[in-house]
Amino acid sequence: MGLDSYITLKDVVFSRSERRVFNGVSVEIPRGKITAIMGPSGSGKTTLLRLVGGQLRPDSGSIVVDGQSIGELRRKELYKFREKMGMLFQSGALFTDLSVYENVAFPMRVHTKLPEDMINDIVLMKLEAVGLRGARNLMPSELSGGMNRRVALARSIALDPELIMYDEPFAGQDPIGMGVLVKLIRDLNSSMGLTSVLVSHDVQESLSICHYACIIADGKVIGAGSPAELQNHPSEQVQQFLNGHPDGPVPFHYPSSAAAEDFGLAGGVS
Amino acid sequence: MIDKIASFGRSGADLVISIGRAGRFLAGVLSGVPRPKTGFPLLMKQLYSVGVLSLAIIVVSGLFIGMVLGLQGYTILSDFGSEAAIGQMIALTLVRELGPVVTALLFAGRAGSALTAEIGLMKATEQLSSMEMMGVDPLRRVIAPRLWAGFIAMPILAIIFSMVGIWGGMLVGVEWLGVFEGSYWGNMQASVDFWDDVVNGIIKSVVFGFVCAWIAVYQGYDCVPTSAGISSATTKTVVYSSLAVLGLDFVLTAVMFGNF
Repeated sequence: MGLDSYITLKDVVFSRSERRVFNGVSVEIPRGKITAIMGPSGSGKTTLLRLVGGQLRPDSGSIVVDGQSIGELRRKELYKFREKMGMLFQSGALFTDLSVYENVAFPMRVHTKLPEDMINDIVLMKLEAVGLRGARNLMPSELSGGMNRRVALARSIALDPELIMYDEPFAGQDPIGMGVLVKLIRDLNSSMGLTSVLVSHDVQESLSICHYACIIADGKVIGAGSPAELQNHPSEQVQQFLNGHPDGPVPFHYPSSAAAEDFGLAGGVS
Repeated sequence: MIDKIASFGRSGADLVISIGRAGRFLAGVLSGVPRPKTGFPLLMKQLYSVGVLSLAIIVVSGLFIGMVLGLQGYTILSDFGSEAAIGQMIALTLVRELGPVVTALLFAGRAGSALTAEIGLMKATEQLSSMEMMGVDPLRRVIAPRLWAGFIAMPILAIIFSMVGIWGGMLVGVEWLGVFEGSYWGNMQASVDFWDDVVNGIIKSVVFGFVCAWIAVYQGYDCVPTSAGISSATTKTVVYSSLAVLGLDFVLTAVMFGNF
């Protein structure tokens, strides 16, 4: 790719209870850019984020984040290392027993010894960045799905991470909510110089904001490059995914026995 | 036949693996030095929810069990003209057996199931994962305070249960059925030994508290993060805790009182 890589996955093999999720996946994620990881449902996109975060360990292959091999870190070192990562979960994953304000303050209270007035200023700044300063006293149960995700975003940038990973940020969002998130992801990347990894199957939104994209299917990378390069990719499978064709290399029909046999026509029924 | 043997072996292997996982989980929770400044408020919050909020069910159950013991004890003992020993009977039954065992069973149903459901839901809504990704170990932050709270609350609840039970027995035996109050308390004082009865009862409740809290937090942490998974984990907490308490009670009783 010729760019400075922040994350490098090399020949990663990962299985989950007999099922091979990744069969030799190699991906390079450039520093300071937005990279979209796309693929059909169940292709292991979220698993890839969990491997990068060290929540899962690969069967073989290496995962290097900012020059550090994740597999070599001890438990305590891994927890320390994660302080420079932020992750936005699909559900938002806010702590339901804490208010919006306390949710955003949580990482600072745990990891820093900042005085209370400084924590207050930072929390308000982060909430201002996602447009929810006025919602600071609400509880997570009082927020809409989109607001929930924006608060979670404010919380994940509370410690000014170098890397932020978005797990399906657009899933289940209305057009306005989606537009807000697209703007936030783009703005945060440019203003904070973050390396952003975006996992999604919303092709148009993802391609509209990413600098680089990678499509995963059947346990391997089937296409990678800039959005323009992918649009012109020769692979039929890539084109089927990007354009949403119902039939193609990924068949419409689930593998089955011959139709004649199932309908009782085999052997010549009179 | 071979299939049956294989399936039996597989269940045995699964059981051993599950016990091993629970052991590793426990080691993970207990390892590391707790930080008093952050840990203490978390512990107090959990002590309130598993201890203080369980008080109502413990007090009411203790009262009724003491009253029933008073009635039954009076009926049986009066046949032999020894109803004066009712205080001794109620106190020994409660302090040695019913106090720790019934408190543990109620604790598993009231607080254990709530712990499992709470932790299971935190897992299903990715709160535990997000904590991990923020560099905060959920074993220390979420699980440890709940485990310690169960461990601390159970003996206190068992003591309260026995005290209320003895008082309930007195209400029935002395106030209602007319047993002489002096013999109720006097016989109790003469026959209940602090070390052999009271302390052994407390040791039992400490063991039950630890086991019930361990099962509850482990089932929550290890559950399948779906509604069916949480429901099954909650049921398992109550069933396993009850069986473990009753089985351990026999073992502990044999060790403590079995020197015939």
